[in-house]
Amino acid sequence: MSKVDFIHSQHAHCESGVTANLLRHAGIQISEPMAFGIGAGLFFAHVPFLKVSGTPATTFRTWPGAVFKRVTQRLHVTVHTEKFRTPEKAMAALDNALDNGIPVGMQGGVFYLPYLPEVFRFHFNAHNLVVYGKEEGQYLVSDPVLEYTTTITPDDLARARFAKGLPEPKGFMYYVIDAPKQVDYTQAIRQGIAQTCFFMLSPPLRWFGNKAIFLLADRIRKYPRKLTPRRASLYLGNIIRMQEEIGTGGGGFRYLYAAFLQEAGTLLQRDDLQQYAAKLTEIGDSWRSFAYHAARLVKDRQTDVVSYNDLSDMLREIGAKEKAVFEEMRKIQW
Amino acid sequence: MEISEVPQDMPDYQGRNNVRRLVYATDRQGRYTGVTSVGWDPEHIALKQAWEEVAGTLAETAEQVRQGRLSPLAWFMRKHLMDVPLLARYAGKWQWQVRRHLRPAVFRRLSPQTLQRYADVFQVTAAELQSFDGERTS
Repeated sequence: MSKVDFIHSQHAHCESGVTANLLRHAGIQISEPMAFGIGAGLFFAHVPFLKVSGTPATTFRTWPGAVFKRVTQRLHVTVHTEKFRTPEKAMAALDNALDNGIPVGMQGGVFYLPYLPEVFRFHFNAHNLVVYGKEEGQYLVSDPVLEYTTTITPDDLARARFAKGLPEPKGFMYYVIDAPKQVDYTQAIRQGIAQTCFFMLSPPLRWFGNKAIFLLADRIRKYPRKLTPRRASLYLGNIIRMQEEIGTGGGGFRYLYAAFLQEAGTLLQRDDLQQYAAKLTEIGDSWRSFAYHAARLVKDRQTDVVSYNDLSDMLREIGAKEKAVFEEMRKIQW
Repeated sequence: MEISEVPQDMPDYQGRNNVRRLVYATDRQGRYTGVTSVGWDPEHIALKQAWEEVAGTLAETAEQVRQGRLSPLAWFMRKHLMDVPLLARYAGKWQWQVRRHLRPAVFRRLSPQTLQRYADVFQVTAAELQSFDGERTS
């Protein structure tokens, strides 16, 4: 029986939310957008030959685990991370940390988290949550995408922590050991922005970064000719879900990133960051508009070439806008 | 997106519990803040579509089990939103083994141990797994 005094706050995204909540517990007052930006969470990738439940893989964010790792490195926070061979060891390590009064962040498969509404429970293994205590045989859970805290049985939690498929969490857990009294945000913000620009603009492969938006645009143009109506519509639906459904804060994380730029601009008193924030907001609006039109095609089961061409054009426009912003941001003089 | 534009579209289908989630929007001065939202129609449409696809595949599979063309294992696999590679990972089998076990004739001859392994993955008893005949659709 142990319980840590842990303040739960709701956030848009699981990993940046867990990161912010854990750091706040350690005494660093950081917002979710700040954690997301410093951790360079923004990304885009479309890998047609990598199928997730039968649909091409599309993501608007960086790979799981990266945000927590980068933020804690950049703010010089000492952390402990660990993976396990067996559920027994993983659960024992968790209990041990809780007995020492430490709230623990961990990765788990959404399919095995009964406290989430059933409609969200697909096989998605990169979800993050915090366990902050154990009472009457149940673990106390702070899941940042929910408004309230909840509980889970040891059996269910062990299943979620050892979910199989891609990626496999293998009981991955992490917690803060020591946090500095004062943190230097200037350097951390710079590194975060530089890394996001790098990942957006530099990958030489067309599946990753800004280039992938154009790749997706080309693919969508071909959907009516290459796919059955049902497939085409499923593929579109999957993009909408990746963009809006899975806790992105709207517009495929673009609003969240704009909120980061704005906060950074205020903190460092830089007008240029404020302007980039405004541009990212507009880009977020364009993504929303794309999702809106795509959803209409999904709903009406339309497969006429014109509508798919329109969607493709919208994406190309978004891709061009994003490219321009990140190229400007790459040249920021600090 | 401004705060006043944050959609509050109630989901119109069952099973989507009333969960409010956080989105980021700007106030009149353009300052960002978090706003809770019950959802947005485009995301409801996409989510609904994904579940209709699941239900459709499950119904087709049940029919094939009824006709004796697939083993009950196929239905449980679909019911748990899995495909062959994923089920193979969970059961600790090779993919070709799982594919064979989807054939009714092979499935009937499975050893109790293998059957139990699959039953554990789906959190049912071995008897429940064996006795499924495609009639139960829940």
